[in-house]
Amino acid sequence: MELVALVKHDCPVCDQVLPVLDRARADGAPIRIVSQSSAAETAAQATRLSLAQAPELDPELELSIRFDPDAVPAVVLLERGDERARVEGLDRVRLSELAAQAGVALELDGLPERRPGCASITRDPLVAARLGARAARESGRLRAREVEIGELEDPIEALFDRGFSDGLPLVPPTPERVVEMLDTTSRHAQDLVGVIPPYDGEATVEKVAINAVMAGCPPDAFPIVLAAVEAACDPAFALLGLVSTTHPSGPLIVVSGPLAEAVGMNSAGNVLGQGNRANATIGRALQLVVRNVGGGRPQEEDRAAHGQPGKLSACFAERREDSPWEGLAQELGVPEGETGVTLMAAEGPRLIVDQLARTPEELCASLAAGLEWVGHRKLRLAFDALLVVGPEHGRIFRDAGWDRPRVRQELFERSCAPAGELARGAGGIAEGIEQQWVTDPAAPVPKFAAPERILLAYAGGDAGLFSMVYGGWVAGEIGSEPVTRSVEPWR
Amino acid sequence: MAVTILDPTAEAAPAGRPLAGERLRPDAPATIALLDIRKPRGDVFLDELERLVAERGHTVLREAKPTFTKPAPADVRAEIAERCDAVIEALAD
Repeated sequence: MELVALVKHDCPVCDQVLPVLDRARADGAPIRIVSQSSAAETAAQATRLSLAQAPELDPELELSIRFDPDAVPAVVLLERGDERARVEGLDRVRLSELAAQAGVALELDGLPERRPGCASITRDPLVAARLGARAARESGRLRAREVEIGELEDPIEALFDRGFSDGLPLVPPTPERVVEMLDTTSRHAQDLVGVIPPYDGEATVEKVAINAVMAGCPPDAFPIVLAAVEAACDPAFALLGLVSTTHPSGPLIVVSGPLAEAVGMNSAGNVLGQGNRANATIGRALQLVVRNVGGGRPQEEDRAAHGQPGKLSACFAERREDSPWEGLAQELGVPEGETGVTLMAAEGPRLIVDQLARTPEELCASLAAGLEWVGHRKLRLAFDALLVVGPEHGRIFRDAGWDRPRVRQELFERSCAPAGELARGAGGIAEGIEQQWVTDPAAPVPKFAAPERILLAYAGGDAGLFSMVYGGWVAGEIGSEPVTRSVEPWR
Repeated sequence: MAVTILDPTAEAAPAGRPLAGERLRPDAPATIALLDIRKPRGDVFLDELERLVAERGHTVLREAKPTFTKPAPADVRAEIAERCDAVIEALAD
């Protein structure tokens, strides 16, 4: 039988117990005294307490991890290497009994009967994170190449220099931060989320986590990022074309369901704007995955003529409170009560004002007029749209009992226009439909290929008779189709 | 303190940073800076290097750090970057 005692330098209870253990050891008792502190701290403590011999060191904390005490001093009774009993903190009676089993008499007179110890250094959040990262590397959970940033480099500048940034500062993806991100999903870090164009980089859960850390993502929002990456990799979404097009569109993420609120997403005032960490960083994480894992960079593979601010990040949550409809993801197949993401290839949003409509018919006429200008009024059937209906507009639909199909159908019909107005050259505008297709100038030509090609979301602040419209990129089978995924498999 | 980060890319390229400029062609005359970091006898080494470099038709610009203990000052770095095609730094004792 032998005793192993774990102590640390800045623990008053260790200061009380250490001299007792030190004296017993000096008298030949089988006691190993091991300090969790550094060599200098341990030496200073030994001098301060006039110990006969300084405690051993545990520089890699191997013993501390093995015994994993909550508190020190922790005295462990070992029999041929196996733990038989332990005392954490100071408990004179129990400590005496424990020592007696190893044939050791401890002189505990004068010490308090009981005193709780101090937290083991392995319980220090920073140390625990470091140990967690080490364990993750050893177990194969972390496999990404380690990149050393030198002492003379500023980590933020170094991330710019290495080309990882979208133009804004990045959070350095240390192993500790990446493990914290990985801890929020049940999926294995090496599971493949998708293959990212243009260079077909494999986005494992780990690689997505690294980019989510850099984006500044709150860890509990990570499953939403994973679902968004999965959706972006669906062939129907046509991410390769979207990354490399001259059009300004980028992936827009609409989050529908209870998790959005739980992770602090904004679905109310300024919903499409700045100021909310989750909204701002979920979309950014996806874009960083495209940049770093897929290799799509502006003016290189990304040939956008103008781009738009949403290519830094475009993500918002649907407002559930007082919504006239179920969520967009729920309409597209995600079970009620689950959270889903819907991705759309979208340009920047634009306002549609109507402060006078009081009936759903009047409102749809206004909104349809706004929708007609997606891309260009005279271009037809080429683009989808997402209409973000604000609460003051949504109330009109709710009060009238208009469901999503009804609103969509109305918008579809009211965004038709006479063929004669759309022909090339009509109105002095060269752009338009080829004359050969215009057999009847009065024939209505739809703006959209089908009512379902007008997506509806509900979000925004309480006040303001406004809605917002996102125009799409080349739509349908020849281009990009909206893709919806449940977040549930990624939690 | 040095920081370790995890590579966010698909790791298709080496981790090191690419060279900022193109490599020199052996047959093209260049301006080459010889940077003395102020270690003892570094100048002796650099004098010999200067002779060899000049023999090959290159122009030499001698620069020096005030002390080997600190990075080269910004103006020294800027002058080398502006005037030279390459730099040889005498690092060793």
